[in-house]
Order: sequence, then C-alpha cells, then structure tokens
Amino acid sequence: MQIVSQLLFLVALGAAVYFFSRRAAGIRRNILLGRDIDLNDQPALRWKNLFLLAFGQKKMFRNPLVAVLHFFVYAGFVIINLEILEIIIDGLAGTHRIFAPVLGPVYGVLIGCFEILAVLVAVSCAIFLVRRNILKLKRFISKDLDGWPRSDANYILVTEIVLMLLFLTMNTADGILQSRGVPHYPVTDPFWITQHFAGIFNDLSDSALTGVERAAWWLHILGVLAFLNYLPWSKHLHIILAFPNAYYASLKPKGKMDNMPEIQQEVLYAMQPELAANAAPGDTPPKFGAKDVHDLTWKNLLDAFACTECGRCSAACPATQTGKALSPRLIMMKTRDRAEETGKLNGETDNKSLLRDYITEEELRACTSCNACVEECPVSINPLDIILQMRRHLIMEESSAPQEWNMMFSNIENNMAPWKFSPDDRDAWINS
Amino acid sequence: MQIKTMAEYFANGETPEVLFWVGCAGSFDQRAQKITRAFAEILTKTGIQFAVLGKEEACTGDPARRAGNEFLFQMMAYNNIQVLNNYGVKKIVTACPHCFNTIKNEYPELGGSYEVIHHTTFLQQLIDGGRIKIKEGGSFKGKKITYHDSCYLGRANDIYEAPRAVLETLDADLVEMKRCKSKGLCCGAGGAQMFKEEEKGATRVNFERGREAVDTGASVIAANCPFCMTMLTDGVKEQGKEDTVKVLDIAEIIVGEMIGDKTV
Repeated sequence: MQIVSQLLFLVALGAAVYFFSRRAAGIRRNILLGRDIDLNDQPALRWKNLFLLAFGQKKMFRNPLVAVLHFFVYAGFVIINLEILEIIIDGLAGTHRIFAPVLGPVYGVLIGCFEILAVLVAVSCAIFLVRRNILKLKRFISKDLDGWPRSDANYILVTEIVLMLLFLTMNTADGILQSRGVPHYPVTDPFWITQHFAGIFNDLSDSALTGVERAAWWLHILGVLAFLNYLPWSKHLHIILAFPNAYYASLKPKGKMDNMPEIQQEVLYAMQPELAANAAPGDTPPKFGAKDVHDLTWKNLLDAFACTECGRCSAACPATQTGKALSPRLIMMKTRDRAEETGKLNGETDNKSLLRDYITEEELRACTSCNACVEECPVSINPLDIILQMRRHLIMEESSAPQEWNMMFSNIENNMAPWKFSPDDRDAWINS
Repeated sequence: MQIKTMAEYFANGETPEVLFWVGCAGSFDQRAQKITRAFAEILTKTGIQFAVLGKEEACTGDPARRAGNEFLFQMMAYNNIQVLNNYGVKKIVTACPHCFNTIKNEYPELGGSYEVIHHTTFLQQLIDGGRIKIKEGGSFKGKKITYHDSCYLGRANDIYEAPRAVLETLDADLVEMKRCKSKGLCCGAGGAQMFKEEEKGATRVNFERGREAVDTGASVIAANCPFCMTMLTDGVKEQGKEDTVKVLDIAEIIVGEMIGDKTV
C-alpha cells in the first residue's frame, strides 16, 4: 500500500514538473520572439534594483497597508515552500515529517512560523477578495478585466486560501495523532497555532483522524502542484518574472527615449551626402518602429508576461482617468495575448498584427508620455516604451498621423517651431 | 531689454556663463513670452552673463519624436547640436522642461553633451548662493500657492524639490494637490498632445487637473512649463475661476520678489 502511494506521488510530481517545464520553455520562446537588446550593463545597479524592487517590493509601499498584506502573501509563499520540500521528500520516501527528528526543537519553531504565515496569507487573501468583489476598487472593476482576467484573480486568491487551510488542517490532525502516540507520527513540539484547534477533531477515532490528515496532506500537495501549473497560464506568473524584470529594468532617466541609430545614419547621409558614398550597402531596408510583437524588444515582451494586471498604471494614467480609449494595463495584456498567439503560429503568418488587431491607433494617440504608468508599476513594466515604438511605426512606416500633427511636423521642418511663426521672429520677445 | 546673442558674444571673443535656451513656446507663445522675459530679467538683475541663440535656435524636436517622427527629431537635433558645439556651449539653462529633457538626456548620444539646468533648479542655486535675495513680507506672504509638477521635470527627471524650495522662500502657504510629486497628474500636453485635438473621452485632462488645483483653494498655481501653463490656464477657466486663481510660472513669481527690484 505504501509503495503504491509513493508511486502515485512520483507520477504526480513528475507530471507537474514536466508540464510546468514545457510551459516555461514556451513562455521563454514567446518572450524571445522580440528583437534582441543588450541589457547587461551596470550589473551592480541592476542587482540593487532586483533586491529593492523585487525582493523588497519597494514600489508596493507607495500604499503601505496593501504593501504589508501583499508582503505577507509573498513571504508566506516563499517561506512555506520550505515545508513543501519536506512534503516532497516524505512523499517519495514514504516517510513522515522526515526533518522532525533531525532538527529537534528547531522543527517546532519552523512549523510554528509557517503556521503564522499561513494564517496571515489566508487573511490577506480574504481581504484582497473583499477589495476586489465587495469594496469594488475602481481598478479591479474596470472593463479591462472583463471575462477571464477577473476570474483568474479570484481563482488565485481562493486557491491560496484553500491551500493554507489544508496545510493548517493537516497540522491540526497531525498534532492530535502525535499526542495519541499513533505510530508513524513522530512527536514534535506542539504546533503554535493548530494546537489550539484540536477541539475540532478530538472526537474522531484514530483511523478517521488519520484519514483527515492524509486527505489534507494529499489535497494540499496536489493543490500546490496543480497551482504550479496554473501559474504560468495566469497573471500570477509575476511571482517569478518580477525578478528578471526588475533586473532588466531601464536605468536611464524616464524621460529619455531610446535612440534609433538607423535613423541617425540616414540623417547623417542627408546632411553630409559625401558620407553616403562610402556607406556599406545595406541588404534589407530597416523597419522603423513596432507593428507587431517581433518588432518590440524581448524586454517589452518580458514586461507583458510579468504583468499581474493590478491596474496601478491605468489608475494613474491621465488618459484612462479621463475616459480615453487608452489603458496602459490593456496595452500590456494585449501585447501578451499577441505574443501567445504569435508563438502558436510557429513562424506561420496569420495576417494579423499587434497594431490594429489588438491595439488601436486611438489608444496610441491618447498617450501624453507622462510616465505615470512607468512610475507606478511595482514590477518595472514600461507600457510607454511599447506605445512610443508603435507611434514610430505609424508615422515612419505608414505616414499615419492626425492632420494637426502633419502640420506640426511641417512647421518644425520649415519654421523651426511647431507653430506657423516666422523663424525671423524667434527673438521678437526681446523687444516686444 | 538688452539681451545679447551667442553670435554677439562670439564676435567679441567672449564666452557667457550660461546659454539661455528659450524654446519655441518661450519664443512665440504670447503667454510664455512673459515667462521668458521674467526669467531674462532675473538673469539680468543678478548680473549673470548669459546669451540666447536668437534666430539660430530651433525646435529641439521633442514633439516630433514623441509623436513618432524620429527622422524629423534627428534632423533638428543634428542642426541644434552643430550650432551649440560650434559656439563651444558648456552650460544651458531653459525654462521649458521638454527642451530640458531632450537636450539633457537625448542629445548626448547624438554628439551634444552639455550641463543642462532647468530654470527652477537654477533659481534655487541662485537663492542658495545668495545671488537672489527674496524680500521679507513680499506680495505672496501668507498666500495659498499650489505647485504643479510637470511630467518632464518630475517623473521624467526626478526633480521635485528644487521648485518647491524656491517657492518656500516666499513665506507663502504651500498646499499640495492630492496627486503631486511622483503621483502628479499630467496637464495633458505632453507626448505631442499639445499639437492635436485630445482623443475622445469623458473629460479633458487639463479640466481634471484644473479642478484639482482649484479645489486646493490656492490663489496661485505655480507652474514650471509653458505647456502646463496653457493647459492649466484653460483648466482654471473651465472652473470659472480665472479671476481669482492665477497660473504663474515660478520665474514670474520670483521676479517681483527680489531685493533690488526696481519695478515695485
């Protein structure tokens, strides 16, 4: 019987790891659909960002109350995973609480801490559910999240609460079994929290209690493995990608737009035609700006997969706040959807593109480049960079601009100012 | 006003302390011209040797670049950098945060590296260095002032404190809007929005910001950008408060509050 359970565990674990790795490789492939860009400069500063922004969740603390609750869930997630290690060894080896005799009194303290964290995680997730579904915070009831994204968020929160309750149930039953001296249950120090809930199960027989403990143990670990596989299909992937995303975050002042060396070259030839004669003949004319995901950088696509759809960007966006079509959160969600879609094509074309089939010109035109979305994002996503690259495509590849912009361009070109004033009057303010 | 151009300094074999980059709005927009004159007056009064480029100045290319026209931006940058480098310009001050951002952050990799200072930081330096002395009990004493962070000075370049430090010298009652500093709400002009009709929506960005500014009860809204100036002025008008709430650039506020000011 024991060997059957060990085999079942091995199969479940193997399947979970296999499917997770397959999905992870798929996401990696989708991110690498983007064009290459070198972001390995200044490693010291990048590590600092990783520690401050990802581990330290610095941006979350712009709202301290939510930050603390989120920190509980995050710390709980990371730390309780130490317990998962023991569960996996037990599951494979057919042992029970294998670390208990090894760690002695430390074991009791560890499990005690896990229990406290488990309660904090469950309570925090419950508060988050209330914020989403009862208090109905604006950024959570926004139409951005209609359909799957809204359910996704709720599924994650409910699952986390259920997993924590299973963990606590398992410990409660285990504690009673220990005190009754049931074989196979090594005696540890009483668990800090669940010892107080022994009353719930005290009336059960040893075998019934063992059934409860085993059921909770199995459901907990199967739930964890299932959640591991749900993760990369959901917005919850941020718990992993927030880390590389913080490391590769831009180190430049937010106001600086990326240079386009290919245009610089063209301008140089236009201004100094003698240089063009010596230029190496280019094989393909360069494409300007971004029309589809492969025109964006891999960092833009990493951004898209790291997005947890919290909506802080859109809540701060002047366009979103005044009812324009633009929502930076949707820019990220649509970019991810398109990257997924493109990944499935395996190099074939579907005659669709990120521009227009996903993101409209109207959305792109509404941006004031104010950087509020970039400033707000807790995981260092830059929606503005995508918007500006797509604007470059619209202007330079399609000559698609509002009439007023075309006038502005021609004024700058002819009068050296965006308005139609004579360049001779530029210093007229001095004597007026 | 006697203001010398870079060409005039150059002809005399002299170099000014600083080049005042006026910008298109500061040169042509009637409201922004007042800011330009106020700042030039401050520079003159403090005895700073400064020059303007005059007719040799051209748009930095900021709105073209943000709209997506990289080609036009690079053309403008190329020409401006040539002019600036030919004069051997080292230090530039400007009253426009868009020009500030472009010259400071975007010109270096195109061959134009200068020390670029926004006029509010420059004013703070002059005050700290004792070159500007603010009158005791000036006309802003006790008045409620709210400061609007422009996106290109604030978030884009992380300058939040210098303009506030300048305003603090006035002994005024500085009040913050709910959305301020890194959370400040845009005026709606950036990203080349200034040069086109706003996309359709529930309201205009500048109406939203105007309402927020007026709601502070301040009688003065302090700005640091000629485009914010236009937007906020319209926003205040929309609230029907143009008679009681003034939108002023920090240079305009400071110019009348300096000791040695002969205009008062």
